[in-house]
Amino acid sequence: MTAKSETTSYTDNTIEVAGLSVRYLQGGDGPTIVVLHHSTGSLGWLPFYDLLAENYTVLVPDLPGYGQSERPAWAREPRDIALILSAFILKMDLSNIHLIGFGLGGFLAAEIATFGHERLDRLILVGAAGVKPKEGEIVDQMLIDFYEYVQAGFSDLNKYTEIFGEELDQATKELWDYSREMTARISWAPYMFSRRLLPLLSEVDTPTLLLWGEDDRIVPLDCGKQYEQAIPNSTLKVLKNAGHLIELEDPQLLFEEIG
Amino acid sequence: MFVGYFTERPYQDRNSGYFGAAGRDITDLSMSNGSYDSRLGADLYNRYLDEKVYAEEMGFDGLMLNEHHSTPFCMGGVVNVEAAILARITKRAKIVILGNVLPIWDDPLWLAEELAEIDMISRGRLVTGWVRGTGRESVAHNAQSPFNWERFQEAHDFVLEAWTRPGPFRWEGEHYNYRYVNPWSRPYQDPHPQIWIPGVLSRNTVEWTARHRYPYVMLATDLEPTKKSFEYYSEVAAEEGYEAGTQHRAYLFKVHVDETEELAEQAARKYVEGPSNPFLEGNQGTVRPFLQNLPGMTSRKNLLPTVASYAATAARGRGAEHEDASKKESGRNPERKTGDFGSFDDQIDRYTIITGTPKTVIPKVKHVLEYLRPGSIFFWDGDGAMDHDDSMRSLRLMGEEVIPAVREMSKELDLKSPFEVDTKTNQVIVDEESTGNNGLISAKEA
Repeated sequence: MTAKSETTSYTDNTIEVAGLSVRYLQGGDGPTIVVLHHSTGSLGWLPFYDLLAENYTVLVPDLPGYGQSERPAWAREPRDIALILSAFILKMDLSNIHLIGFGLGGFLAAEIATFGHERLDRLILVGAAGVKPKEGEIVDQMLIDFYEYVQAGFSDLNKYTEIFGEELDQATKELWDYSREMTARISWAPYMFSRRLLPLLSEVDTPTLLLWGEDDRIVPLDCGKQYEQAIPNSTLKVLKNAGHLIELEDPQLLFEEIG
Repeated sequence: MFVGYFTERPYQDRNSGYFGAAGRDITDLSMSNGSYDSRLGADLYNRYLDEKVYAEEMGFDGLMLNEHHSTPFCMGGVVNVEAAILARITKRAKIVILGNVLPIWDDPLWLAEELAEIDMISRGRLVTGWVRGTGRESVAHNAQSPFNWERFQEAHDFVLEAWTRPGPFRWEGEHYNYRYVNPWSRPYQDPHPQIWIPGVLSRNTVEWTARHRYPYVMLATDLEPTKKSFEYYSEVAAEEGYEAGTQHRAYLFKVHVDETEELAEQAARKYVEGPSNPFLEGNQGTVRPFLQNLPGMTSRKNLLPTVASYAATAARGRGAEHEDASKKESGRNPERKTGDFGSFDDQIDRYTIITGTPKTVIPKVKHVLEYLRPGSIFFWDGDGAMDHDDSMRSLRLMGEEVIPAVREMSKELDLKSPFEVDTKTNQVIVDEESTGNNGLISAKEA
């Protein structure tokens, strides 16, 4: 794993929310941006966060039940996690937030927007799950090996190897495996979408940027189109030469879009 | 000693291309049912039922059935249907379901009703067994894998309650909720059929089984890890304040008997041909470990999934797929290439397949009984690519020569089954034939 960067100083913190310990990394300065990671878990402080830290105070929680954040044994669906994160936002007294979510994190960000949008200045969904595609399927990580799943997130497989190496290290395997278990606890069926999300999004007035990698093989672009239709103040942009894991594969490209 | 008969009822379609080394790739959960031939299915279901009836005639005490889903190696997707038919068409043998996959039942009340009906139709011959299932079963019936163990335990508690507590009552559990539990069928056996728990190597399951004083049935695992699991059972039993005996130990293993040594080898080689169980060593199927170990199926606190996957497969001989770890397997020839491990010849050496004429088979069975001391055994035969004739020849010889010899050995070794010694009390059960009652009632009286 070489995705970690030492260039920005960041702190490793925990806070108790709903009786659970939630871990978050924090670095940079400026308006608050909260980053919600993929279903595969947080890989730590990424180069992409260094870029964000130039303009923002970057907060990266381990999603409840993932990484070092305690597992809510009672959680049964993504909305439960979104509710804990919403409580996290209130407890941290965050406002004027730029909320960015990747994949499952995007699903959660959209859920949060449906009940907490007054605290959001901007919503950014990148390859977000949460919507049943009209065509194709969201790739089901329960039916493939986790390294195959992560590989499918890359536009260029060489980048995967560059980051994760030829042989996956044990810690990353453990992270992916542990994350997959939590994902199975909250999004086994229906897999990675909720029929109760889209109808509520019409009430979200937060300016929303929808970013999709042209080569996203995990979440079909159709989901982005449905989000665009559902969220009144939203724009969908498709990024060339990008896959699902854009923040790993081409952080600069993603940063330029977000600004 | 209780002697049972088992075959996994493979879907043997010689035209499917899944048969034989030159056939199509046999990868678990990636084979389409598009070419399924229900005429052939009809023949096979009836063949397997006929063989069970013959097994009863040949003196087997029990007819074991198992359940798997969405796979050609086991046609027992709805095992309770087969059990119900056997309940009606057999007379004496126990019908041993090992087992129903509890966590995939969204409505275990329905299971309680089905099993009670089977028990009544058979007039108290049902032995019920419950399993957690593999990842395949969770995928096939979309049962949420991280809650597999919780659902298993709750469904178990619920079915027992539904069988024994006069209704109506309400059940508000973690995974199951009922507003009206009052099934209009209750088991013939009082308080309920014996519950046996089959398994491979899950320490959780062994421990849970020992705490409930149920017999634990090791499914075709190698001798050494089987012995260790039985020892672990005994340790837990001691913690619980009782002594585990042969009545708590059961073992399923592959035995084929034939008229000549040549025929025996020829037939037994078919164990590893065709779509026999892809978990098993030496066969042609490819297992997908990440499906067998779906998230949450094993406790992440104790074991990594890869390690768990290794442990389970190695115990059944698939160590070659995990080369480094398999080198640690005891009792293996270090000079041998890993690819040889699991071959037919290797399995013969390791007693994971026993085949021959009665003369050569009986001493090997004796070795297993001496080594493991189980009170119940099941001979696993008629599998892989074996045909009806192979099965019938073996069943006949088992009945004529092997079973009588096993009965003698069991006396000599003092191997008592759960029908001779009550697993809950360790008291001798009065012979049900002489009392006219079923075993459990007699046990209470004893």
